[in-house]
Amino acid sequence: MLLIRCPYCEEERPELEFRNAGEAHIARSANMAGESDHDFEKFFFIRSNPKGIIYERWRHVHGCARFFNAVRDTVTDKFVMTYKAGEPKPSKLPGVTK
Amino acid sequence: MSGALRISGAGRLSQAKTARFSFDGQSYTGIEGDTLASALLANGVHLVGRSFKYHRPRGILSAGAEEPNALVQIVRDDARKTPNVRATVQELYDGLAANSQNRWPSLSFDVGAVNDLASPLFSAGFYYKTFMWPKAAWKSLYEPKIREAAGLGISPDRPDPDHYSSRYAHCDVLVLGGGAAGIAAALAAAETGVRVILADEQAEFGGSLRFESGAKIDGKDGFTWAQAAIARLSAMDNVRVLPRTTAFGYYAQNFVGLVERVSDHLKAPGHDQPRERLWQVRAKRVVLASGAIERHMVFANNDRPGVMLAGAARTFLNHYGVAVGRNVGVYTANDSAYGAAIDLKKAGVNVAAIVDLRDNPTGPVIDEARALGIEINFGRAVIRAGGKLRVSSMTVQPKNGGGERTIAVDAILMSAGWTPSVHLFSQSRGKVAFNDETKRFVPGTYAQDCVSVGACSGTDGLSATVDEAYVAGAKAARDAGAKAAKGTKPKVDASESWSRGMLGAAPGAGPDTTVKAFVDFQNDVTAKDIRQAVHEGMRSIEHVKRFTTNGMATDQGKTSNMHGLAIAAETLGKPIPEVGLTTFRAPYTPVTFGAIVSHARGPLFDPTRRTAIHPWAEAQGAVFEDVGQWKRAWHFPKAGEDMHAAVDRECVAVRNQAGLFDASTLGKIEVVGPDAAKFMELLYTNPWEKLEPGRCRYGIMLREDGFIYDDGVVGRLASDRFHVTTTTGGAPRVMNHMEDYLQTEFPHLNVWLTSITEQWAVIAVQGPKSRDIIEPLVEGIDMSDEALPHMSVREGKICGVPTRLFRMSFTGERGFEVNVPADYGQAVWEALWAEGQKHGATAYGTEAMHVLRAEKGYIIVGQDTDGTVTPNDAGLDWAVGKKKADFVGIRGLTRPDLVAKGRKQLVGLKTKDPKVVLEEGAQIVEDPKQAIPMKMIGHVTSSYWSQNCGRSIALALVAGGRDRMGDTLYVPMPNGVIEVEVTGMVFFDETGGRLNG
Repeated sequence: MLLIRCPYCEEERPELEFRNAGEAHIARSANMAGESDHDFEKFFFIRSNPKGIIYERWRHVHGCARFFNAVRDTVTDKFVMTYKAGEPKPSKLPGVTK
Repeated sequence: MSGALRISGAGRLSQAKTARFSFDGQSYTGIEGDTLASALLANGVHLVGRSFKYHRPRGILSAGAEEPNALVQIVRDDARKTPNVRATVQELYDGLAANSQNRWPSLSFDVGAVNDLASPLFSAGFYYKTFMWPKAAWKSLYEPKIREAAGLGISPDRPDPDHYSSRYAHCDVLVLGGGAAGIAAALAAAETGVRVILADEQAEFGGSLRFESGAKIDGKDGFTWAQAAIARLSAMDNVRVLPRTTAFGYYAQNFVGLVERVSDHLKAPGHDQPRERLWQVRAKRVVLASGAIERHMVFANNDRPGVMLAGAARTFLNHYGVAVGRNVGVYTANDSAYGAAIDLKKAGVNVAAIVDLRDNPTGPVIDEARALGIEINFGRAVIRAGGKLRVSSMTVQPKNGGGERTIAVDAILMSAGWTPSVHLFSQSRGKVAFNDETKRFVPGTYAQDCVSVGACSGTDGLSATVDEAYVAGAKAARDAGAKAAKGTKPKVDASESWSRGMLGAAPGAGPDTTVKAFVDFQNDVTAKDIRQAVHEGMRSIEHVKRFTTNGMATDQGKTSNMHGLAIAAETLGKPIPEVGLTTFRAPYTPVTFGAIVSHARGPLFDPTRRTAIHPWAEAQGAVFEDVGQWKRAWHFPKAGEDMHAAVDRECVAVRNQAGLFDASTLGKIEVVGPDAAKFMELLYTNPWEKLEPGRCRYGIMLREDGFIYDDGVVGRLASDRFHVTTTTGGAPRVMNHMEDYLQTEFPHLNVWLTSITEQWAVIAVQGPKSRDIIEPLVEGIDMSDEALPHMSVREGKICGVPTRLFRMSFTGERGFEVNVPADYGQAVWEALWAEGQKHGATAYGTEAMHVLRAEKGYIIVGQDTDGTVTPNDAGLDWAVGKKKADFVGIRGLTRPDLVAKGRKQLVGLKTKDPKVVLEEGAQIVEDPKQAIPMKMIGHVTSSYWSQNCGRSIALALVAGGRDRMGDTLYVPMPNGVIEVEVTGMVFFDETGGRLNG
């Protein structure tokens, strides 16, 4: 069972308290109705499935109930970092070398 | 006397404490502290089971958890019949009853042993090749017969009467394995004051110090030192010592699963004692001190009872005081078996000969054995064991061939060397590395915050082990945040040292032979089987494993993996690391379902949710149905009524007088804030800004892809306050969906969401008399049609308590939903019920509710929709705000597929024979005479008998359904084809006049 740090509670809590909510940093268009088929497909259906670093959303559903973002390595299953919803994608990751 | 082979003066058990036990009905006497295995051996019993495939007689191979052969059924009572218990692990208690397995009619005469004679038929891959044809016979004939003939013990046939417990624990340093290494590491860590947990699978700590008679630490003999150290650790507040506790799984971030066997060793466990306790431990640092497992020699008939691991024989002697024979032979490829020969010889057991594959080894143990007068044969091999139910001889030959010599023995003690137990390390996702010099896999690259010490790390010798473990334990504590230690390192005064050995088949069982030289005892895999797998094209060790089943039994190949790998590598002509090691997976040893499930069974498996009105319904004799976690009243049968009659009566009463329905399970969410209406505009398809306070609207929620996600009536209580209802099952996900958008997409909106499902009990009062029933109890609400028209909501009081009174209908009748605080739910229900009695009202359940809504064509999301239905498909286009600039799903709705012609649309179906009720889920076709597989154009989503309509009614999703009005379609069923007519969805009161009074 993973330990996940909730950036709002500022604590590591067991995975049982959380729920994964899919890939992060996929913004909903401000002009949703006007999106092209191609753009809507990209927004709604296309997800990355990387071997390695993934940016994803989690919800501390059985805790503070907040949604937040996390960086996780899909190979080691280790969390690199977590940060609050709305914060930009981190440009530098601690302990990760390209 | 506790067995003829008990050696007086040997072992550590007290002869005075005897314990009686039985095996296959025969009574024996053992000693407290024995395992079932040691007690049987003390009584000269080696034959304890039959093998899985060939039904060969089998004995006791080991003295520990790695045991592949000695699996027995322990019978405590009718309900407690545990199969496949390793006799080497089961502690003896007075009255223990055990039975052998996989034999008929008896252990010594087993009919199934004919498989052994027919074994050329049962070679590797036998099942895959043989039972392929005819295909249908697999399920009906082959599989049941194979399962009957193979298999091990018999599953208990009653519910498990034991209870189990489960605990979470946190510690700084978790030490797994309580031999010399584990104890030294635990001491070093504990002395710094950090929290330490030390676990070992055995009843007593000490690991190989249990048999290693030459070990001396801090001036004491090794085992005595271990007990003193454990006593010291147990007395420390920061240390938890767990004997009989197996670490079975090593998961992410140093999360380790342990099972503690609490009472399986007790004669009469107390009622407060669980059988087992599951520990889920999160450790900052883990020290792996899991030791090493001795390997057997692979030679012909090496599975005869009496042929066992040398270290096991030594454990039985030095710990349990049991001689495994009176005239033993030793077959080895390393030094460690000499210790067994020496100890047995000193205890008065005749050692017929030591056969050593090595050419001219030297060393103190060899000198000592020679000095004791034991015959030693270097450069020779045991090419076969004689005897059937018990080994009677060993036949020796120079390893490169030559004259044979047969020596009479009653036990053969063998050692091919020791395999480091890297199971847990491997489970932690660490990568093992092959040491070419010592021919063993040892921990290579670590993936987690752990360290391996001692034999499991490939460290040889007690002194080096204790040094390494003590340093590692102190470092683990430091890494976990400890300050300096103040202890002293244990000093090893004397120790034994053994390393090396051999892998693979021994001479006499080579590629040119067809002998039965077992690699995996539990799954009956021989050296020949592994070679055959390679010859038949298996290249990867993972394929060899699956084809031969080597290492796939419940012992997970603890003794067999390395031999199997070496034979495969040799046959492939490749070095061992290129062939690779199979992956170790949890559990390390079998874990009971009971330990994992623990309390989560029966009523505690899942929460049960009951409404405030549940007790009333129960008292009325309601039949309940499960809806998610909720118990809902399904129907209220009167005496003599079946469900059909009850539902008909309830449905008719609602349309003619009135009905009361407990709608409390409806999901309810309060949406509050200055931007509440804006938020509703975005989350629902409907327009909300212009909905007046006091009015309600039926809302549809979509996912971004345009499909219906949920629906429900929403009341606007004030300009900044909405009372939203959701489907019963949808409440949590709708809340999650709303929170998701509010927190991440529309965080600029000033809105709060609160789940109020359980705060409000909801009593639906429906039918022409509904207002007459409610009105006398209500204060402060004008209930006239003018003041409270259909689809409106008021706050006021009912029976003196606050209410949110909705005028709405899910029946098509004049109707109300009375929301009251849940604590008053039953009292208000009872008041309404009493009032209702004056007007002929009935209580109705969910089944009548379903029928009534279907008569009106009201859909149920999740029943009439399935996640691929749009509002248009469901005939609900009117609920989508055409002028809105945005809402969730707005773009999805215009996807090409969602606006294409021929989509499945919800329609009504009337069977040509009004008495026939369709089956929900039944498929619909245009032409019932077409060839199978027919083209299916839709399916029935809802179907009921409607007493109010005097016929059956159904809703269905049909391709292009709305263009087929009046068409005849067909529903093919096993008993014939049913003709149906496509109709509109409203079957009763099509104009809707009754809604308004």
